[in-house]
Amino acid sequence: MATIVQRPQLSLLERSYFPAILGGLWITIKHFIKTLFGQTKVTMQYPEQKWDSALPEWYRGAPTLVKDEHDRERCVACQLCEFICPPRAITIKPAEFPSNGPWAKVEKYPEKFDIDMIRCIYCGLCEEVCPEQAIFLRKDYSITGLTRAEMVHDKEKLYELGGVRHGLVNKWNEKK
Amino acid sequence: MSLMPSLDLFLQPEIFLVWTSALKTFVILGVVLTMVAYSVWAERKVSAFIQDRIGPNRVGWAGLIQPVADGVKLLLKENFVPGGVNKFFFSIAPSLAMIPSILVLAVLPFGSSLFGVPMVIANLDIGVLWVFAVSSLGVYGIVLAGWASNSKYPFLGGIRSSSQMISYELSLGLSVVPVFMITGTLNLGEIVQYQVDNGWMVFPAWFQTGAGLRDMTTESGSMFGLDLGKTLLWIPMMISFVVFIIAMFAETNRIPFDLPEAEQELVGGYHTEYSSMRFALFFLGEYAAMIAGSGVIVTLFLGGWSLPFVPDGSQGWFWGLVNIGTFFAKIAAIIFFFLWVRWTLPRFRFDQLMKLGWYVFFEVALINIFLTAGILAYLQS
Amino acid sequence: MLTILFWAFSVLMLAAAIAVVVFRNPVNSAMSLVLSFLALAALFITLDAFFIGIIQVLVYAGAVMVLFLFIIMLLDLKAETRRRLNIAALAGGLAVLGGFAVLITQIIKSLPSSTDHFPTLARTGYSDGYEIGMTLFTDFNLPFQIIGVLLLVSTVGVVTLSRRSLR
Repeated sequence: MATIVQRPQLSLLERSYFPAILGGLWITIKHFIKTLFGQTKVTMQYPEQKWDSALPEWYRGAPTLVKDEHDRERCVACQLCEFICPPRAITIKPAEFPSNGPWAKVEKYPEKFDIDMIRCIYCGLCEEVCPEQAIFLRKDYSITGLTRAEMVHDKEKLYELGGVRHGLVNKWNEKK
Repeated sequence: MSLMPSLDLFLQPEIFLVWTSALKTFVILGVVLTMVAYSVWAERKVSAFIQDRIGPNRVGWAGLIQPVADGVKLLLKENFVPGGVNKFFFSIAPSLAMIPSILVLAVLPFGSSLFGVPMVIANLDIGVLWVFAVSSLGVYGIVLAGWASNSKYPFLGGIRSSSQMISYELSLGLSVVPVFMITGTLNLGEIVQYQVDNGWMVFPAWFQTGAGLRDMTTESGSMFGLDLGKTLLWIPMMISFVVFIIAMFAETNRIPFDLPEAEQELVGGYHTEYSSMRFALFFLGEYAAMIAGSGVIVTLFLGGWSLPFVPDGSQGWFWGLVNIGTFFAKIAAIIFFFLWVRWTLPRFRFDQLMKLGWYVFFEVALINIFLTAGILAYLQS
Repeated sequence: MLTILFWAFSVLMLAAAIAVVVFRNPVNSAMSLVLSFLALAALFITLDAFFIGIIQVLVYAGAVMVLFLFIIMLLDLKAETRRRLNIAALAGGLAVLGGFAVLITQIIKSLPSSTDHFPTLARTGYSDGYEIGMTLFTDFNLPFQIIGVLLLVSTVGVVTLSRRSLR
């Protein structure tokens, strides 16, 4: 069934556009003056003002490697993260501990651990898959660089970002 | 001793005219081109404030060096010429769009006088006609740009622009006829002088005593007051002012009449194919046209360089400078109005635009002429 | 100074006028015609006829030619650019032109004003817009009104003819 929409009956004054135009001008000038005198809440000025303090605990920023409270690296170079990484951003070159050394039980450590931050999609799968709780996503979100090489985080950089993380990690425990 | 003959040479009437005119031209060009650059800044800032944003604030304090950065960017870009264009017209079209708006400035009285030199570059007796003649040439730049680009969207923009400009030039020209009927002159300087004596065209609430018909007191100086004639003439003046300012919006391709470059429909309109400095000439030419148009509005309706109770340049160089400052301040106010309207109103549809021009403003301007004639005849009887 | 300007603008005007005929691209021709009008306006202005000069720009260059250009662009006349030069037509045209030039020179020479100097224009102190207005509305008021009516009639005629349906 056809619905007949009643067109509004405009008066001559309304059809002259002037009341609507003046009303619009009034609204815009109100906004102009309010912003001019700083009464309007405006966007955060990003590089100067950051929202770091508002970041939640579970924020997924750049992946980093962490050390334990004895300043020993937690990563055992199992390469699970390398395999699960969807964009294949992680490259690990494992190395073996000497069999007569104090850490022979651990067997492996990463000789090289690179995360290509151009590829990384911040999915957090590496953190989830890590059996040794060695890789964590931190709150750094502004990863920049001028070259591609600069955007690849090597082991040193990853530990620098990651820092130390306390907590039970079984693999270093001799008694276990 | 050796300096004196050269000074005398500079003060000979012809030589004096030449170098003062050259000086005025350079100063005005400098001031206006700076205003053009900063009206781009103002546009961005005003639009930001109206939309609850901050706008450019990185280059310099409050983004004040932004125009320089924009200019450098545009200069350093590749000046690309697409294949299949008519190279000659493609190249001269941007200049043709810019030149007329600058030529208009030649006849605008931008101040009273400074050290006895009248502050107008060319004091033509038919200054207003010069303004219309030159600004009517501005359409060539746009039409040729649209045609020479050999592309659909620029072509549509050019066609729209020419039909729009032809339509609105009529109302533009007819709406100022009442001003000439009242002042009895086409000379812009004399029109301003009339407004100094009798109050601004849109706000005739004061007058200079001892001038013309309305000599009501014997005291000298500016006075507030209205008489019957001024009150009656105020009505056609307001109609003229409104029609003129709307037609000026159409002439300068500003929203709500910016159909030649309607981004949503025509990509960029007539300058779609342009880049680098050629694009900048179109872009800045639009602002130059806006400033020239504002100058005409100020001169014809808002009293030019005059402020009530402020003497003119014959009272000393300080007042001469104040007058010049007043003129440019008024232009800045009108430009703010242009920007304010742009960020308030939506765009007209093309048929609405044509209908408005031909069915409404043309008739209103025409009737206004008869109304003014009637009032003048009544006042003189 | 004025003589130099006169020659400069005359040459420019004539060159542009020839270019109107010579160019094969209609847009080039139209723009040459605009240039010719502008040079003509400059010639008027060197004669102190500001009003006529400016009106020349306003009406012809600013309005009429814009419409011409508008139409030319809409029609997109490609055929015109492809047309070959017709030698016979060119020769005939040049012959007619030469005859016409000789005729005009003879007529101008026979006029008394060809030997006399023109009187300098009387300066009345009014602007030439005022002078033209006074002449038109006093001495030639009736012809002026008749021309106005004629223009009105032709306008109405154009509107009638260009209506879509002539039932």
